[in-house]
Amino acid sequence: MSEDRRVIYLDNAATTRTRPEVVEAMLPYFTEYYGNPSSVYEFSGVSKNAVAKARKIIADSIGAKPQEIYFTAGGSESDNWALKAAAEAMEEKGRHIITSKIEHHAVLHTCQYLEKRGFEVTYLDVDEDGVVKLDELKGAIRPDTILISIMFANNEIGTIQPVKEIGAIAKDHGIWFHTDAVQAYGHLPIDVDECQIDMMSASGHKINGPKGIGFLYIRTGVKIRSFIHGGAQERKRRAGTENVPGIVGLGKAAQIAADTLAERKKKEEGLREYLMERVLAEVPYARVNGHRSMRLPNNCNFAFQFIEGESLLIMLDMAGICGSSGSACTSGSLDPSHVLLAIGLPHEIAHGSLRLTLSEENTREEMDYVAEEIKRIVERLRSMSPLYEDFIRGKKKNHQQ
Amino acid sequence: MYSEKVMDHFQNPRNVGEIEHASGMGTVGNAKCGDIMRIYLDIDENQIIRDVKFKTFGCGAAVATSSMATELVKGKSIQEAMQVTNKAVMEALDGLPPVKVHCSLLAEEAIHAALWDYAQKHQMTIEGLEQPKSDIGEEEEEEEY
Ligand SMILES: Cc1ncc(COP(=O)(O)O)c(C=O)c1O
Repeated sequence: MSEDRRVIYLDNAATTRTRPEVVEAMLPYFTEYYGNPSSVYEFSGVSKNAVAKARKIIADSIGAKPQEIYFTAGGSESDNWALKAAAEAMEEKGRHIITSKIEHHAVLHTCQYLEKRGFEVTYLDVDEDGVVKLDELKGAIRPDTILISIMFANNEIGTIQPVKEIGAIAKDHGIWFHTDAVQAYGHLPIDVDECQIDMMSASGHKINGPKGIGFLYIRTGVKIRSFIHGGAQERKRRAGTENVPGIVGLGKAAQIAADTLAERKKKEEGLREYLMERVLAEVPYARVNGHRSMRLPNNCNFAFQFIEGESLLIMLDMAGICGSSGSACTSGSLDPSHVLLAIGLPHEIAHGSLRLTLSEENTREEMDYVAEEIKRIVERLRSMSPLYEDFIRGKKKNHQQ
Repeated sequence: MYSEKVMDHFQNPRNVGEIEHASGMGTVGNAKCGDIMRIYLDIDENQIIRDVKFKTFGCGAAVATSSMATELVKGKSIQEAMQVTNKAVMEALDGLPPVKVHCSLLAEEAIHAALWDYAQKHQMTIEGLEQPKSDIGEEEEEEEY
């Protein structure tokens, strides 16, 4: 790729640009203050303090106590830890777990792993907007249910779940509640007490922080074991010398995210609505997937009938636009995204999906360019599509009759 | 992920379109798997493929293999067209990623389906040609939002 080529990055749900301020905050912890936080001498105290400071920032950002924040290597590890350790801790009480059909694979595949080990998992359906149905959740609860794990907001279609209601239901039944907030943390206000969350996963690289660092919030009193055994780091619950630069970077990113949240949300929502309105108005046979208002501020997810997502992505890429699709071809399997199927889209429409996730750095002018390109590319792909040909023929025939 | 040839045939697909009153037309694949190819053949009285057009719903590789397959059979006799295998299509495209090999198979099937249609219309048999197995499923067409 040539360096001067214009790139419009609209895949912030996949990962985000690390903020220069974050990188700057991290750098001294590689070359200057490289001490091991566990060491006794004063020099390593600098690293230790930096880790404590980051922990405090993060705790404050979700209404938690610092000792309830455990640093991990990211969202996937946090999800794995929460589910596997909760299952292990509670197996005396029961072996039933409730989750949803639209979770990230970090949760779904962990559930499948647990099923192979004798746990039973209920995968809740969602409605056509991707919202978990609360009455189904209540109906699924059994005396041996030990954990409810429902994501805060979905990574593909952006739908925000009724987390507060889910937390209340879990609390009523004395069941632990874990939420995968990887897409929501730093983008939506979260209060773990208000939502009665017992465990929560988050990741640095989705909030303009570094990759390979994240955290698991574990409420005091939720007694789960260590996931990584070894040293006494993270209150003996997650061994391994701390990724000090990563933790510092995560802290800095969390701080900036909290300080700018309201303003960013407003800007991204404005751009998102603008783009969605333009595309829906100007591209025929298009729809928006996910809930129209209860959705992540930066998430657009479209389905275009009669075309396939990978072709669309390649052509957008040639126009300098980075997006993603739930098409099978982009996932390496024959099935399109499990999330799009769960909201009831037929296979051929799920194949034609396009996810664009914006950032505060995008502009309205970029949205205009993107809308124009989508229009042009969808038209071109339809002109090559046998499905579109049949559709038009069918329409003509109906017209003549 | 794709070779330059694949990208070229994806960006500038050859022989896209329809042929009115085609001598043979075949559609293979199904929307469920995400690939549908349709081939139109115009075959003259000497059984030479005078023209060929295609339409494809599918990924970059599906478009490129359709395009290449049409190039490989254009101007050829029916028997020559029967020699255009998925391997020939892949080789002509300098290879495909392993997960996309099925696209080249589909291209071969699409040509065969169009030839089958031609043979049916002319009540003839083409050596080595069997009735194509896949076509757009009825059930998919009913599905709507
Ligand atoms: C909802 C959700 N959960 C978990 C993950 C995994 O996070 P990480 O990449 O930090 O392991 C992601 C990232 O794609 C995600 O979107």
